[in-house]
Amino acid sequence: MELKVIGKGVPKYDAWGKARGEVIYADDFSMPGMLYGKVFRSSLPRAKILSIDTSKAENLPGVHAVITHKDVPKNNLRARFGQGTEIGAQFEGLYRVLAEGEVRYYGEPVALIAAETPEIAEKACELIEVQYEPLPGVFDPLEAMQPGAPQVGEKENNIASHFKIRKGDVEKGFAQADVIVEGFYQVGYQDHAYLELESGVAWVDDDGTIVIRVSSQVIEHFREVAEVLDLPHSRVRYIGTLIGGGFGGKEDITVESYLALLAWKTRRPVKLTYTRKESLLVHSKRHPYYMYYKTGATKDGKITAVHAKLISDAGSYAALSPWVLLYSTVDAIGPYNVENVKVDAYTVMTNTPITSAFRGFGAPQVNLAYESQMNELAKKLGMNPMELRRKNYLKQGDSLATGYVYDRPVPLDLLAQKAWEALGPKRTSSKPQVKIGRGLAVGMCSYGRLTFLHDTSRSYVRLELDGSALIRCGVPDVGGGQGHILAQIVSEELGVPLNLIKIHVTDSQLTPLAGTTTATRQLYMSGNATLKACRELRQRMFRKAAQMLLTNEEDLEVGEGKVYLKSDPTRYIALVPLINRMSADGDELYVEAQFNAPFSDVPAKEIIEGRTFPDFTFGAYGVEVEVDEETGKVELKRVVAAFDVGRALNPILVEGQIEGGAVQGAGYALMEDMVIKDGIIQTPSLQEYLIPTSMDVPDVESILIESGTGLGPYGAKGIGEPPIVGIAPAILNAIDDAVGVRITSLPVTSEKILMELKASKEGNKAA
Amino acid sequence: MKNLEMVTIIVNDRPVTAPVEAHESLLDFLRNKAGAVEVKCGCNQGDCGTCTVLFQGKAAKSCLILALQAQGKEVRTIKGFSGDFLMEQLQESFVRNGAIQCGFCTPGMLISSYAFLQATPQPAREEIRNAISGNLCRCTGYKKIIDAVEEVALKRTGKQQDKQTTPSSFSEGQEEAKGNYLLLGGG
Repeated sequence: MELKVIGKGVPKYDAWGKARGEVIYADDFSMPGMLYGKVFRSSLPRAKILSIDTSKAENLPGVHAVITHKDVPKNNLRARFGQGTEIGAQFEGLYRVLAEGEVRYYGEPVALIAAETPEIAEKACELIEVQYEPLPGVFDPLEAMQPGAPQVGEKENNIASHFKIRKGDVEKGFAQADVIVEGFYQVGYQDHAYLELESGVAWVDDDGTIVIRVSSQVIEHFREVAEVLDLPHSRVRYIGTLIGGGFGGKEDITVESYLALLAWKTRRPVKLTYTRKESLLVHSKRHPYYMYYKTGATKDGKITAVHAKLISDAGSYAALSPWVLLYSTVDAIGPYNVENVKVDAYTVMTNTPITSAFRGFGAPQVNLAYESQMNELAKKLGMNPMELRRKNYLKQGDSLATGYVYDRPVPLDLLAQKAWEALGPKRTSSKPQVKIGRGLAVGMCSYGRLTFLHDTSRSYVRLELDGSALIRCGVPDVGGGQGHILAQIVSEELGVPLNLIKIHVTDSQLTPLAGTTTATRQLYMSGNATLKACRELRQRMFRKAAQMLLTNEEDLEVGEGKVYLKSDPTRYIALVPLINRMSADGDELYVEAQFNAPFSDVPAKEIIEGRTFPDFTFGAYGVEVEVDEETGKVELKRVVAAFDVGRALNPILVEGQIEGGAVQGAGYALMEDMVIKDGIIQTPSLQEYLIPTSMDVPDVESILIESGTGLGPYGAKGIGEPPIVGIAPAILNAIDDAVGVRITSLPVTSEKILMELKASKEGNKAA
Repeated sequence: MKNLEMVTIIVNDRPVTAPVEAHESLLDFLRNKAGAVEVKCGCNQGDCGTCTVLFQGKAAKSCLILALQAQGKEVRTIKGFSGDFLMEQLQESFVRNGAIQCGFCTPGMLISSYAFLQATPQPAREEIRNAISGNLCRCTGYKKIIDAVEEVALKRTGKQQDKQTTPSSFSEGQEEAKGNYLLLGGG
């Protein structure tokens, strides 16, 4: 079937409103009588709370409410992250709204204020008096694992979760190896640094429903917020705004519980927007990891065994740390076919800010390690790194580390070659101290949620009498075209021109619940739900059209506002008379459809086996860097990304994900340095925590391979998260190629390069 | 009591008069007093560029200007370019090239690009890259933004004599706009 709208890089529906400044983001919205919320936060990373005195703050004129844990109906929830059924303790976490008894991290919310102006709310914060008894904290996961370490959370030890992979026999595998490489790798925090700060407005509707208009990737959090207030779920409604950047940072609840509590108590609308400093200090971040890897191979380059030990910093509350760790565990050896694998992964609580979801969700960290190992192994074998990878790529029918047999094509060899060839002939440096190097790295990243979470999505499509169409789908739109692409699907399937399609996104009581905009799942899940709704509607259209055109349904096709005969396109019926006939005959002009992902059982033990994800997206990066041996400065000069996207339903949007992911990954690799000391972040501004500007990165070149083998509509794979996987190790491999030093921690700084260069020169002298 | 002073600022050709405190920024004034919520706040300290407006014809970060400093001055936000050919070209090019994802940086990015193209009608690609470096974008990786600006620049140089339908009220400022960015304080 020839596709008419799918595959076209048409502008997304929200682009014009954004270009004209007409989109009302969360903080842009106000209501009559609105108060301003503020969060009062702990000034110590770990302490016993002896007393909280809010009386002075309450007596300040203009203050309408001060709330502490005592005022929260349910201050402590066993968070199962949207799961109504049992998922096992290792996947649960404590969601605590306001500190009680003890503060666990610097900046933990202790009290909430609603006041008539932001200045009064700020002033009220200064009047809250908390007496603390400082307690020794633990700020590093390795220390937190030691016996006798301060206990961070509610569990007896600080290990929040431990997962294992046991495939084959690694002892035997290493015995078969001719060469073995080992390495320690370390990565720090990464902040999402979306430009729109966490924000929302809440009010109590005239029927007593709490309405929260908020920038959130998960409107299903209405359930948790209702539980916090001890209200029926139906009494809390989320209206999701278009989101000014998410990247996983608006996946957990941000301001919503606070807003709901303040609005409920004051019976006034309340707005709460974090400051940039507040956001950088306390909102969730990408997990720091310590990683040990050992990889063995025969002399002809066949990997015989991989042993990995992963330790991540779960921060002071578990949040999504166990889930992120599970992703890392499953992805630990990357897209390679290895018979003997042993992985031990731990996520460990510390008195530091919460770590949770961030684009890639545990995949970028291990990717850095396994792709560094591949190049080290190639070096030791005297083999071309691309050749070594080629000998070990996962192929259709091979088993993953979990033993699950991957039944789809894995075109990694093609992707790596494409990315590498696009770099072209190597340049020579014009300055003797500046060395040019190139690096390759591949990667895998799942799309769709963990299969044991039994993920579902719903979408509603309706035809209008004038031939236009309406979509309602609760898909939070972070700007990647999550909403728009559904309109392209409807246009393709029903022949309705794009400009006649209206889409409503994210109202938890009015749009069918479509699940989270996380896990690279919306195109896959909500795209399939929308496709399913369209196919049902189309069948009804064809049934009617067949009667009207005196033909059979099989001979019908839809496009350009009409239904026509495949065998004779001059015989057709336009959509408007067709729809009106259907309406007059009482045919239903709407469908709400649900799509279910493949389901599996909850892992019953620490060992992770079998199917864990619906599918994976594979990609390869080729990069070129310049390294200045005198200053240690690394400049990223070229980036080529090749991804099997299954099918590019809108190539411009797909490229946008790749270019943006590559640059975010380049920032992770080279710039983004979140310094933390004794649990307190030292870089709480965008002049201290630097993210890439246009001057820090080259134009990313994207190569889209369309295997057509994805599980999404028309064979598409997910592409939201995958592009952040691969670029960091490609850069490390390029630095090694340029100056012969192996950097093993992120971010790469000039100091690290100079130290390694010095060490390598001294090493050469000694030898 | 608060020390309030009345100021009048010309926002998109309309004078807006409101009481302000000494510490209030132009950004505060625009969002809270002039209803111009299309001017975004991403950091409030001059690091991100989302609050960029045309101030006296030059691109400026409105969080770094005090409202009192703007007394009697002309400010143009992204909503103040109706009928302006260059801005409409830029908007159309941003939309078509996929230069807009979440859109939060877009108003500031468009205004920086606009001021730059006015001062530098025939830029090299690397000059465009430099011109937008004060505006952070976390979604796009910048390539499509630079593509969008470059495309407009190339179109313009193809027919340089085209009359711009720029509102006259800030044409004076344009002639002075040599640099692409008016630097005020840090950032």
